Amino acid sequence: MNKMVKKLHVKDNDIVVPGQLLAEGMSYIPSGKAIRDGESITSTVVGKISNKGHVVKVVPIFEKYAPKQGDKIIGKVVSMNNYGWTLDIGVPVKCELDLREGSQSFIETGKMSQFFAVGDLVFVEIIGNRNGTFKVSAKDRLYRKLPSGHLINVDSGLIPRIIGKQGSMINTLKDESGCNVVIGQNGYVYVHCDNTENVFKVQEAIKLIESNTKSSGLTEKVKKMLGGKK
Amino acid sequence: MAGKSDTPLVVKGKRIDGRKANELRKMTAEVGIIPQADGSARFTMGETVAIAGVYGPKEVLPKHQTKDDRALIRVYYSMLPFSTTDRCRPGPSRRSKEISKVMIDALEAAVITEKYPATAIEIHVQILNANAGTRTAAINAASLALANAGIEMRDLVCAVAAGKADDTVLLDLFQPEDNFGQADLPIAVMPNRNEITLVQMDGDLSSKEFDESMKLVMDSAMEIYEVQKNALIGKKENKK
Repeated sequence: MNKMVKKLHVKDNDIVVPGQLLAEGMSYIPSGKAIRDGESITSTVVGKISNKGHVVKVVPIFEKYAPKQGDKIIGKVVSMNNYGWTLDIGVPVKCELDLREGSQSFIETGKMSQFFAVGDLVFVEIIGNRNGTFKVSAKDRLYRKLPSGHLINVDSGLIPRIIGKQGSMINTLKDESGCNVVIGQNGYVYVHCDNTENVFKVQEAIKLIESNTKSSGLTEKVKKMLGGKK
Repeated sequence: MAGKSDTPLVVKGKRIDGRKANELRKMTAEVGIIPQADGSARFTMGETVAIAGVYGPKEVLPKHQTKDDRALIRVYYSMLPFSTTDRCRPGPSRRSKEISKVMIDALEAAVITEKYPATAIEIHVQILNANAGTRTAAINAASLALANAGIEMRDLVCAVAAGKADDTVLLDLFQPEDNFGQADLPIAVMPNRNEITLVQMDGDLSSKEFDESMKLVMDSAMEIYEVQKNALIGKKENKK
């Protein structure tokens, strides 16, 4: 073997595109959305570089939600059979809520739709993946059926911004608008309020968060926006 | 490819529109132009304009077409009625079906389909204005839209045509050269990996001329890649 090549072609926080050469040499390790191609490491998506030591990581900028265990999500019941419910969670994977995971209490035969009927929104947690089908649970008291309200679809990458540091943003949204807001990590945001106008205020506030992801003091801005119209 | 032009197409190494033989048309690119799509892009090459929208990965319908180990890529190419000088009949035609098929082959090589098993990725490409090289512009737009949708790809796909007119090998033919030329050779490449994903030929080229056209395309692929890269990163300096 000829002399070892070892070269890093990118810096931290650089934005890279698919196919771009990131590093050469076997001493670097690809992580995130980077792949090894022979001796070199290339990116597979448009993303940001995060480089720690020998690990070259690509964090994607444009991303669709990928379900994983432990995620708290909002699903919509699309069908039911004798063994449970099937949910739509906004991505093309099967998602099932088993009968025994539906509730802590005993579910009698023929009374399934009293718990969740087709068309209902359910706040659930992903408990596992069996052969590509995601299993969810609504057993914990935290998880429940969401009564009729508004469903807003946002980019799942923005969910941390909508929640804020220690929930500062979500608390602002709830307190200032007087609405009940439930956020699913799959990008579904549920808003319920007796006064429909307040729902639109929350919708606009979320739009504001979407367009100002990088600016600081966003919570104050949202507070001003919601408070100003009261 | 029929008939002869009244005026010479190449005079003293210069073409009708003032380009040299190895010069590309002016290119511009933009991503995120369709809000409803998961990813979208516009790519212009001279007067040819193509827009592409990517929907997916999503459920495969009809279900029996599902590939359990990889994603199914579907391309719908169409030319809008006002894109050509004579009105172009809307809807699928023999030509659009063929181009959709070759585009699937050109893009499937770049997309890491194993990462999205049992799903479909739909790419819709519309030609807003046709001035030769629509399939290459469509491939460029589609690969940008795929990157914009966050789909994992080995490399961006860059496509451009080479050809022959007035016995000269030319790069990136435009309408008169395409109509009255002797050959047209659209090629799609992955520039970083030096791999070819599409080669088609219409007309006749000697083997020497073929090698020469191939070299022209390979040399200019990186130029297209830079335009695509700038569009994705958001730089506005899309000169040439």
